[in-house]
Amino acid sequence: MRKNHLALVLGSWFIVLGLAGCAPQDNAKGASTLTVWHWMTDREPAFKELAKRYEASTGIKVNFELYAPSEAYSQKIRAAAQGENLPDIFGILGEKRDFSSFVKAGHILDLTPYMDANFGAWKNSFFPKALAVNEFSAGNSYGVNVGIYGAPIDVMTIQMLYNKDLFKQLGLNPNRPPQTFTELLDIGKKISAAKMQGLVSGWGEVWMIDCMANNYAFNIMGKDKVLATIRGEVPYTDPGWIKVLALFKDMQESGVLANGLVTMVNKTAEQLFANGKAVFAFNGSWCVNVYKGMNPSLNYGAMLPPKASDKFPMSIWGGAGSSFMVNARSKNKEEAVKFLKWLTDKDQQVFLAEATNNLPANKDSIKKIPEILSQFASVMDSTTHPSVWGVSEFSPVIEAFDKGIQSIIIGEKTPEQVASEVQKIKERELAKKRK
Amino acid sequence: MRVKSALENYLFVLPAIVIFVIFYIIPLAWVVQLALYEWDGIMPTKIFVGLSNFKEIIFADKIWWQSMWQAGYITLIALTFQNALAFLLAWACDREIRMKNFYRVIFFIPPVLSEVVVGLVWQWILDGNYGLLNSWFTHLGLSGLVRNWLSDPNTALSVVAIVHSWKGFGWGFLIFLAGLQTIPRELYEAARVDGANAWSSFKNITIPLMIPVAVLVSMLTILGTMQAFVLIIAMTGGGPAYHTQVPVLRILASMRGSSRFGYACAQGIIFGLILVIISFIQYRFSKKARQYQ
Repeated sequence: MRKNHLALVLGSWFIVLGLAGCAPQDNAKGASTLTVWHWMTDREPAFKELAKRYEASTGIKVNFELYAPSEAYSQKIRAAAQGENLPDIFGILGEKRDFSSFVKAGHILDLTPYMDANFGAWKNSFFPKALAVNEFSAGNSYGVNVGIYGAPIDVMTIQMLYNKDLFKQLGLNPNRPPQTFTELLDIGKKISAAKMQGLVSGWGEVWMIDCMANNYAFNIMGKDKVLATIRGEVPYTDPGWIKVLALFKDMQESGVLANGLVTMVNKTAEQLFANGKAVFAFNGSWCVNVYKGMNPSLNYGAMLPPKASDKFPMSIWGGAGSSFMVNARSKNKEEAVKFLKWLTDKDQQVFLAEATNNLPANKDSIKKIPEILSQFASVMDSTTHPSVWGVSEFSPVIEAFDKGIQSIIIGEKTPEQVASEVQKIKERELAKKRK
Repeated sequence: MRVKSALENYLFVLPAIVIFVIFYIIPLAWVVQLALYEWDGIMPTKIFVGLSNFKEIIFADKIWWQSMWQAGYITLIALTFQNALAFLLAWACDREIRMKNFYRVIFFIPPVLSEVVVGLVWQWILDGNYGLLNSWFTHLGLSGLVRNWLSDPNTALSVVAIVHSWKGFGWGFLIFLAGLQTIPRELYEAARVDGANAWSSFKNITIPLMIPVAVLVSMLTILGTMQAFVLIIAMTGGGPAYHTQVPVLRILASMRGSSRFGYACAQGIIFGLILVIISFIQYRFSKKARQYQ
């Protein structure tokens, strides 16, 4: 009896120890294996193929581990950072502030020496704008040491797209998209009269609204004033910002915006545009692959959002689409850097571009891409991105601004009301920061 | 000998205690500790801010309280519409009707479906442009009823509440049915012999004996609905603007959107306390109901 008791007690302890023995993942599997974590479902087969080629040429096995959707990936990366279980190579999703936290916490290797070696051969192979997203320059507001902390594997731009066939149905020239905001509003009236759907986008996920609003903020007020607002030197109640917010009211009233846009996720928007049910879309260059998969015969073109002012040039978000970072604590970091160099080399970049229809980050690889992709690539000079501004807006302010635009679109608030509410939140956050 | 026996007993419960401490007590203590800090979830250093996260939530975060009110509204719909539907269907299935086993299975299908799938299917049905509901209205000549159900601030929350009730009524149905089956049939027979009609039997036998069950269903409904969020993410993502935001979505927004882990933990604690208070009130009510019985 007593022996049975003892056996039970010991058995219970084995169970407890077994449960508690969730030892940290050993990511140092020896230099013959590299582990890469990513979230890019559409690129997974191409990555696997490249991993096979790399193993064939170097003998080093590369495990690409996919964690989707991107929200789940972001959580995994954060949890792994807290437990110091990050893989050899990984990507970071989120704002530049999050990126800077990873760097400051010592999780990311500074790639500058590798980029600068051989007279900057690796560095010079990239589009400068693609690299800028991964760079922290002198005097950056994040307090990160100057350096390049990631290697871009592709570039993207976020633009407007228009359906050429629906343009013809509306009696418009399919090769001449609207050049000015007034022209866009005029087309909105035609769309409304023809009972078609206008612009679709993932404006239920607020960052895409933020993107378009920033495009117009740069166009109406210029970069300096936008950045001054972020620094707290210009209020959101400034007439320039009210004009930006009023554009959304104008678009809604003219019929440019599709019904239900404020709760639309980008996947739905992509389906609607790909199936010819919407005249315009606001989407990133990744959409080329998505539309091709949904409707290979879709006849569409890319265009810059029509300018609302002649004072400043129209800027769109763009730069590095996806980047990979090397774990600074990895035992395999030298091998990881070598792999990233290989991955961003011309041949591999051409393969990735062909297999996934994404714009390559290597500027030498851009010669052989489809026409629609070259339309996206041609406006690379007009691109900007919050990651390269050197300052970040407070997240509650971004949320209030973007949700405020949704309120304007549904006719619940005026641009002035939204501007005032956003400014109040801005002042609250600034006061907290000063404390 | 007694000491040895006591020690052995403790050894037996020790694994359970260890598991409880590791998976419940330590995370809870960590959440409470984090709520006192400003932390982005990545940096090794945290800034101690005392109770300022709690102060900000209670006195400055209007959206948080809007989300609480909205969760309360969805809960109210669930408590009334969902539970009334569950009770009526359970009552119908408890009677001698044809194919009652078939109905029992059918009514329990919505709760076992994935919330994401249900959300996406209803999103498709309610879509303002190509949705099935609007299409039916148009075909029936009721074009005046056509609208963007999920993007209209006047309808979004109510529609989400109704879909949530549709998804959840099966649980209540099952518990009510089990409760109805425990009522001795002799009581109804005796009442009938005494000349009671169906309504008298329902009012004087069924309702009083079902009160403890109704209290239990209400408690589960309140706790389940207040914490609902998957269905809402799938249907509206919390929009338009803040019109379908609920507390769990706000906690997620603080943690993932703003990278404010400390603030999210403080929101979680406040929300948890509110649920504890509601549960306590429900418990007292259920005790009184038992005494009444």
